[in-house]
Amino acid sequence: MWKWLHPYANPEVSYHFCGKLQPWFFRLSFLFLAIGLVWALAYAPADYQQGDSFRIFYIHVPAAILSMGIYFAMAVAALSSLVWQLKLADASAAALAPIGAVFAAIALITGAAWGKPMWGTWWIWDARLTSELILLFLYLGVIALHNAFEDKNLAGKAAGILALVGVINLPIIHYSVEWWNTLHQGATVTKLGAPSMASSMYWPFLICFVGFSLLTGAIACQRFRTEILARNSMRPWVRNLAIAQTQGS
Amino acid sequence: MTNLAQQHLSYRAAFALVVKRDLTIALRHKDDIINPLLFFIIVVTLFPLGIGPEANTLSRIAPGIIWVAALLATLLSLDRLFKSDHADGSLEQMLLSPHPIFILVLAKIVAHWLITGLPLIIIAPLLAVLLHLHEQSYAALMLTLLLGTPVLSLLGAIGVALTVGIKKGGVLLSLLVLPLYIPVLIFATSAIDTAALSLPYSGQLAIIAALFFGSLTLAPFAVGAALKVSTN
Repeated sequence: MWKWLHPYANPEVSYHFCGKLQPWFFRLSFLFLAIGLVWALAYAPADYQQGDSFRIFYIHVPAAILSMGIYFAMAVAALSSLVWQLKLADASAAALAPIGAVFAAIALITGAAWGKPMWGTWWIWDARLTSELILLFLYLGVIALHNAFEDKNLAGKAAGILALVGVINLPIIHYSVEWWNTLHQGATVTKLGAPSMASSMYWPFLICFVGFSLLTGAIACQRFRTEILARNSMRPWVRNLAIAQTQGS
Repeated sequence: MTNLAQQHLSYRAAFALVVKRDLTIALRHKDDIINPLLFFIIVVTLFPLGIGPEANTLSRIAPGIIWVAALLATLLSLDRLFKSDHADGSLEQMLLSPHPIFILVLAKIVAHWLITGLPLIIIAPLLAVLLHLHEQSYAALMLTLLLGTPVLSLLGAIGVALTVGIKKGGVLLSLLVLPLYIPVLIFATSAIDTAALSLPYSGQLAIIAALFFGSLTLAPFAVGAALKVSTN
C-alpha cells in the first residue's frame, strides 16, 4: 500500500490528481443533489405530524453528520501529519476546516429555522444544539489558529495538534452536554440497519447525503489544490504552471 | 541498577527544580499572583450588582458564577505560563535539555496551579458566603475546585503552548481553550447543585476526577508537541 501511496506525497502529483478528481466530484454531486433535493422537497410524503416543515431535514441532517465527519477526517489528517510527517496531510486538514465550519453553521441555522414552528423557539439549550455549537467553536478555533501563524507549515502543525485535542474532547463534551440537558429527538437515521422512518422518506435522504458528501469532496479538492499552490509558490513547477496558464489565456 | 536509580532521582530532581524555579519567579512578581485573584473577586461581585441582591436568586446561580469566574481567572493567568520563558529563551533551553519534556512541562503546570489554582480555592468559600451559597454545598464547591482547577491548568497549557509564538495570542487563547473547559464546568456546577439538594454527588466528582487523571496523563504530551511547533 505504501508503494502505491508514495507518489502522492509529492505536491505536484497530488495537485494534478485532485485536479482530475474534482470535476467528477462536482458532476456527481450535482447529479445526486438534483435528484435528491427535488425528490425530497417535492415528491417525498409529508410527515403526518410535522407537515412540510420536516423537509428541512434533508439538508439539516446531512450537514450535521458531515460537520462531525469532517472534524474526524481533519483529526485523522492531523494525526498522520504528526506521526508520519506528511506535509500534505497538514494542507488537507487546513483545506477541510472551513468546510466543516460552514456545515456546522448550516446545521445550526436550518435547525433554528425548523425549531421556530415546531418547538416555538429559535433556540433552546438542548444537548445536541449545544454540542453542535461547541463543535462550531472548535472549528473556528482551528481556523483562527491556522490564520494566526505566518509560516503555513507551522500553522498546519499547530492547528493539527488542536484538532487532535478537540477530537479527544468532542465525545466528552458531547456526553457531558447530553447529560446536562436533553430535549432533542433521538437518532433516527444513524441507527444502521433498521431506520425508524419510511423508505419513501429514507431514500431521498440517502441520495441527498451522498450528494452533499460528494460536494464536500469537490470543494475539499479545490481548497486542497489552492493550499498546495500557496505553500509551494516558490517551486519551479508552480511557476511553470502559472506561465503556461498566462500564455494559454 | 544504580544507574537506573540515579536516573529516577534526576527526573524527580528536574521536576522539583522547575517547580521551585517557577515558584521563586512568581513570588518575586507578586502582582502575577494577586491580579487574577482580584479579577476573580471583582467578577463575582459584579453579578449581584447586575442581577439584584435577592438571596434566593443568588444562591441558585452561585455555583455557576463562581465556576465561570474561576475559569476566566485561570484563563487570564495562563498567558504567563510560557510567555516570559519563551521571550528570554529559557523555554528553548528546556526543550534542548536531556530530561523528558513531559516532566518539565508537568512541573511548570504544577507550579502554575500552585500559584493560581490554590489561592482561588482558598478564597472561594468567602465568595460563596457573599453569594449565599447553600450550606450543604460548601464541601462540594471545595472538592470540585480542588479536582477541577488542575484540569483547567492542564488543558489551558495546551492552548498557551500553541499560541506562545504568536504576537496577539491572548484573544485567540480564549477561543481555543474555553470550549475545552465546558465538561469541567458542567460537572462541577452539577455536583454543587446536587449537593444543595442534599443528594449524593460522588458521581459527578468521579467524572471530574476522571477528567483530571485523563488530562494529567495526556495533556503534557500535547503541550510538549505544541511547544516544539511554537519554538520551531
